[in-house]
Amino acid sequence: MTTTTAPTTTTVLDASDVTMRFGGLTAVRSVDLVVNSGEIVGLIGPNGAGKTTFFNCLTGLYVPTEGKVAYKGTVLPPKPHLVTQAGIARTFQNIRLFANMTVLENVLVGRHTRTKEGLWSALLRLPGFKRAEQESRERAMELLEFTGLAAKADHLARNLPYGEQRKLEIARALASEPGLLLLDEPTAGMNPQETRAAEELIFAIRDKGIAVLVIEHDIRFIMNLCDRVAVLVQGEKIVEGPAEVVQADERVIAAYLGTPFEGAPGQEEAAEVEAAEAHSTTEGDDK
Amino acid sequence: MTTKTPTTDGTATAKADTAPATPLVPLPHAAARAITVAGSALALVGTFLAWTWTDEFPGNLTVTGYPGGLQVLTLVGAALTLLFALSGYGIRGLGWLTPGGTNSPVVLSALGVLGTTGYTMGAISQELGGLVNLEPGAWVSGIGSLVAVVGALGLPVDQPYDKDAGRPGPWGRFRHSLTAPEPGRAEELPSWAEILIIAAGFGAGLYVFAYGIGTEYSELFVGFLITAGFGFTAVTRAGLLKRLSALTAKHRNVTLAAAFVAAICFPFTQSNDQFALIGANILIFATVALGLNVVVGLAGLLDLGYVAFLGVGAYAAALVSGSPQSSIGVHFPFWAAVLTGALASLVFGVVIGAPTLRLRGDYLAIVTLGFGEIFRITMNNLNGNSGPDVTNGSNGIPNIPDLEIFGFNLGLPHNVLGHELTRSGNYYLLMLLFTAIVVLVFRRSAESRIGRAWVAIREDETAATAMGINGFRLKLLAFALGACLAGLAGTVQAHVSYSVTPEQYQFAGSVPPNSAFLLAAVILGGMGTISGPLIGAALLYLIPAKLQFMAEYQLLLFGAALMLLMRFRPEGLVADRRKQLEFHDTGQLDVPDDKPLPDGATGVAKAGA
Repeated sequence: MTTTTAPTTTTVLDASDVTMRFGGLTAVRSVDLVVNSGEIVGLIGPNGAGKTTFFNCLTGLYVPTEGKVAYKGTVLPPKPHLVTQAGIARTFQNIRLFANMTVLENVLVGRHTRTKEGLWSALLRLPGFKRAEQESRERAMELLEFTGLAAKADHLARNLPYGEQRKLEIARALASEPGLLLLDEPTAGMNPQETRAAEELIFAIRDKGIAVLVIEHDIRFIMNLCDRVAVLVQGEKIVEGPAEVVQADERVIAAYLGTPFEGAPGQEEAAEVEAAEAHSTTEGDDK
Repeated sequence: MTTKTPTTDGTATAKADTAPATPLVPLPHAAARAITVAGSALALVGTFLAWTWTDEFPGNLTVTGYPGGLQVLTLVGAALTLLFALSGYGIRGLGWLTPGGTNSPVVLSALGVLGTTGYTMGAISQELGGLVNLEPGAWVSGIGSLVAVVGALGLPVDQPYDKDAGRPGPWGRFRHSLTAPEPGRAEELPSWAEILIIAAGFGAGLYVFAYGIGTEYSELFVGFLITAGFGFTAVTRAGLLKRLSALTAKHRNVTLAAAFVAAICFPFTQSNDQFALIGANILIFATVALGLNVVVGLAGLLDLGYVAFLGVGAYAAALVSGSPQSSIGVHFPFWAAVLTGALASLVFGVVIGAPTLRLRGDYLAIVTLGFGEIFRITMNNLNGNSGPDVTNGSNGIPNIPDLEIFGFNLGLPHNVLGHELTRSGNYYLLMLLFTAIVVLVFRRSAESRIGRAWVAIREDETAATAMGINGFRLKLLAFALGACLAGLAGTVQAHVSYSVTPEQYQFAGSVPPNSAFLLAAVILGGMGTISGPLIGAALLYLIPAKLQFMAEYQLLLFGAALMLLMRFRPEGLVADRRKQLEFHDTGQLDVPDDKPLPDGATGVAKAGA
């Protein structure tokens, strides 16, 4: 999947030298990442590599120990709601919908930062109130239609099937009119059909002019989807580049599958690992 | 999902014939129904006879031909049973009574009659010393009601058993015989008819409520509780409540207006000042509970010290009321006192909320509990000994003068439309105004961007902040708004009760507006709803006020009742649609039915005709 990057691309997200330490543990070590407008960037890495921690640093859930995160040139304040207001929306690895609100209400909550009606307006039903509510509703319904959930607008979020809950989370994030969407494992637990649908949805989001940064384990999905892939291993970004390049990189393979070590007592085991490695590369090639 | 059998006038029995479930008592259907009708008719006739020989038993049950006291309750219950049973015959004009279940309402109302009659017979023989004190009338009604229950249990069951559950035992079958399917969609009626039905519904509600408050002795109140409880469940099972709530959901403003008109009528039904005072106190309690519902029900902040805000409002109003014992010698007009009270509570809410709302869950509950007690102890200590003399310590501020609004002295009885409105009646009406304001505030804030943000915070605070909601600020807003509403109620409370003392504002005590009871009213009634806390507060106030004899066991019974409720109906008496779905797995039943069917689905819908 190659997109011709137009000369007018602007930097949407610029994370430089982000480090996150929990006590003595360094979860993320001086990671730089740039996302340009119109791009889909993948972030991969083995379990525990610090991908979600890095995400949390980007969205203000964690305050990075060092480094700074800038969105469209302005440094982001370390408060999640201000980050969202600035224009970065996210989804969660383990779905965090408002389970006992309806699908429509979930999306309306996503509109929170883009509407202003306060308590007085609600209590006195000031003239702007009805109009704003109506607009929010229309906008939310548009998004539900976009994600294909419009027919279920009045269902409780908890009653949706898994794949649709993922979609709803995306719709809710889109409701805050972001310039950058962060997706944390959007296809975890999905079957191939659902994964393909998710792929289509993410392309459609990109076509709306929203940059996407996606964490994923499904290599096939990432390779299809992303213009650029960054690999995080043990908190450090070891390689970044187009999908094909990253896939062929030895360090990435080593990180995922481990390296055979020379002269180790178990010769057979090393051979096994090599075989597995060879197998995985051939499999990767015909993708 | 339960199978919705379309019920039409004549098909009730046909529907029952197809049900594979067997009734508890093996009887032919026709015989069972005949026995039920005969039994309830017998119970009804019995109420016109004397039940005992002496009028020592309260209510004078000795008169033949004129039912009194507990007999009336049996009479009403028996009439209801009779109507439901006859409706099962498919008699034209009665079909509207049972759009949902046909036979479970009969069982329930028959059980209610048996309960009331049995309780009365028991109470007579216990108080007067032996069964000999029962006159034949009591036996006629008692046996009649027993026969009716046996007959009713022989009626076919309304809905088939769960396929997966297998065949239940006798207890399971008994419980199953009390369940009923949901009614189908009602036929469209002209809107004036629907509004009339709503008005009639609220009229009936007012009558039942006023009757309950006006019960003059505890035997009658117990009988009232039994009859009302079973009767209400029977009406619910019959599907009438569902029909009514469908109408109220359609005409929300009319419903609100009808509710308030009914509430305004209440003091005119009470000639006794004492009962009107109970009404006023219920309103205060209910209003504060509704304020707490903003904090607990919407924003999900467990506040165990909420009564302190009521106290702040009451103390503020008392200090500026012109009471001779007030340490501030000012006398504000009422509107200014109200503003002072609300503002003081608001400030107090922000001051307490700002540090505590950084905590979550249990920690917040503990800290608010602490602040609630701190308020009470501080009021105790500001007595001139332990601190500056502001509140007279444990003596509180007595002799709060009555309010005078536009020359209308609320302390004096007034004659309105030929009916005397007592002091408590005046305050009741004033308090009703405040309740209306709080209802309006609750409803409007809940249905707005702010209300949605509160619910989102309750559901998942992390996700809510990730959606751009400033969690702390909105929680503080909920806390402050709740405090302000409680303060409003406090200003009236200070005047109603003549005095404010620190001991009125405890965490738990025997007199209702305290933190534990407030929270119980919200949870018992139904979190996040408007009518829930109102009903919960009314019950929690009325039951201890009426049943003085069990005052010692009040907290014990209260705890037991809460446990039972949490076991059997965790969403509270009035279920929010969300809560209903949260606690009971109903599959995809939540598909809303607010989109009207084009073809006017089959239904009974003879209501009001």
